[in-house]
Amino acid sequence: MTAATDYTLAELCIVAASQAFANEGEVLATGIGVIPRLAASLAMKTTNPDLMMTDSEAWMLSEPNPIGSRSEDFVPATESWMGFSRIFDNVWSGKRHAMLGPTQIDKYGQSNTSALGGTYEQPKVMMLGARGFPGNSISHPNSFFVPSHNTRVFMEGECDFVSSIGYNPARLPRGHSLDDIDIRLVVTDLCVMDFGGPDHQVRLVSLHPGISVEQVQENTGYEIHIPGEVPPTAAPTLEQLSIIAAMDPHNQRAHQIKDNPPGDRS
Amino acid sequence: MDKQMSAAQVVAQLRDGMTIGIGGWGPRRKPMALVREILRSELRDLTLVSYGGADVGMLCAAGKVKKVVFAFVSLDFIPLEPYFRQARQSAAIEVMEIDEGMMLLGLRAAAWGVPFIPTEVGLGTDIITKNPAIKVIDSPYDDKEWVAMPALPLDASLIHVDRADKRGVCQIAGPDHYMDDWFARAADKTYVSCDELVSTDYFHDPAQARMVHWERSATTGVVPIPGGAHPSSCSPLYGFDVPHFKAYVASAREEAGFAGYCEQFLGASEEEYQQNVGGLEAIRAIELPTY
Repeated sequence: MTAATDYTLAELCIVAASQAFANEGEVLATGIGVIPRLAASLAMKTTNPDLMMTDSEAWMLSEPNPIGSRSEDFVPATESWMGFSRIFDNVWSGKRHAMLGPTQIDKYGQSNTSALGGTYEQPKVMMLGARGFPGNSISHPNSFFVPSHNTRVFMEGECDFVSSIGYNPARLPRGHSLDDIDIRLVVTDLCVMDFGGPDHQVRLVSLHPGISVEQVQENTGYEIHIPGEVPPTAAPTLEQLSIIAAMDPHNQRAHQIKDNPPGDRS
Repeated sequence: MDKQMSAAQVVAQLRDGMTIGIGGWGPRRKPMALVREILRSELRDLTLVSYGGADVGMLCAAGKVKKVVFAFVSLDFIPLEPYFRQARQSAAIEVMEIDEGMMLLGLRAAAWGVPFIPTEVGLGTDIITKNPAIKVIDSPYDDKEWVAMPALPLDASLIHVDRADKRGVCQIAGPDHYMDDWFARAADKTYVSCDELVSTDYFHDPAQARMVHWERSATTGVVPIPGGAHPSSCSPLYGFDVPHFKAYVASAREEAGFAGYCEQFLGASEEEYQQNVGGLEAIRAIELPTY
């Protein structure tokens, strides 16, 4: 396993994000968007072959599908039907780990996919709606991918609309403890974070090569717990890069982070 | 028994103020020809329950909607539905915003005739704080609180399927029937448009019958409309019409807005609509999406 020296930031993020699925055992990995989907695919092909994945439409696959158009003779490794109604049976069983990219993530790990600004009755910017975030967040582990780490995403105060439950004592349902909530990794274009600080405070896990603690803190609207030693995010290995390339033959990953920067920005 | 109807006859059964469920998912297998017939009608003050796409956007843009029950309204490959956004951002509609799975539970509760289904989903989020109609209750069996997802009874459901016979046996041959079986069961009346009307013996082959997701007693009316899901998809027959959706989205930025879109495409009948979008053969030739 040779560490690569020439890799993009997108590839670094895919490898870092794939860590979210490494020790999950036999669960459905749902990565929404190119980088999360490739992260789940990479984990299934390397660290966790027991993972389950869908084709993002209605079938469970034994092998992840490459992203984008595929040749006429491509045969997906279908293993079962997995339409949307069955997805909810899986979600509520807890045997799933989703990685998604909400528009806001606050200091509690609460996220927003619904609306920004104005009032709830008349938002300034209407977005998607809560989608499946409420159910995901209370049913199974979740991770986030944020392609542009800034104070609009990681904003001061609480999300304009709370789509997913986080570590907010004021909103904790009766009979539940904050430990029931399970937010795992937050992978961004600057770093990897989790909620493992004191009292579930957001914590810096690793810094992408060339990024400083100050840069991360300046681009986050709340205080991050900084451990004594923060390692650099591990560079992809050549083996990982070749699997990623095979899973993304049209190089859609090059269009996921602005200007497709190199992984090492030092 | 013959449940065949025209789209106009379906809309004549609907009343102002009704709660209407719409099957499909985002840009996928929406009963768009029936939606267009509502656009041509005087109906108003509707409450829509939908995994929403352009069905919701168009009805909002046409001023037909009082309230939308939704978890998302999206065209998928174009994430934000332009006319739903306009309606929300101008406070033109009321909303009941819920989780995708909560909608499934609400439809199931209505189908089963129970007032609610308990769930954890929604706890700790603004789904609860922004919906005073959704109650959080004590459990008789544990010390936790639970969301009592209320039944979402529908006056009528509109669904599009691949094939149906005149008695209302409906086949969805695409890979996912979404929650359409629950929309059919949750509704007082269910009106189904189909791409193809088949004879009953078509279903004598168990492989075909396996793709029938509700029994015919849940189907009120059958409306044969080949291409009737356009511009949404009806996989495996045709994909969604990407250029058409782009033109639809672009119309929201133009001065004429949705009226301009209707002027260009809607027509006085489905025949006119299909002529305006290039004809049935062109619809049937639209490639399926790759996910």
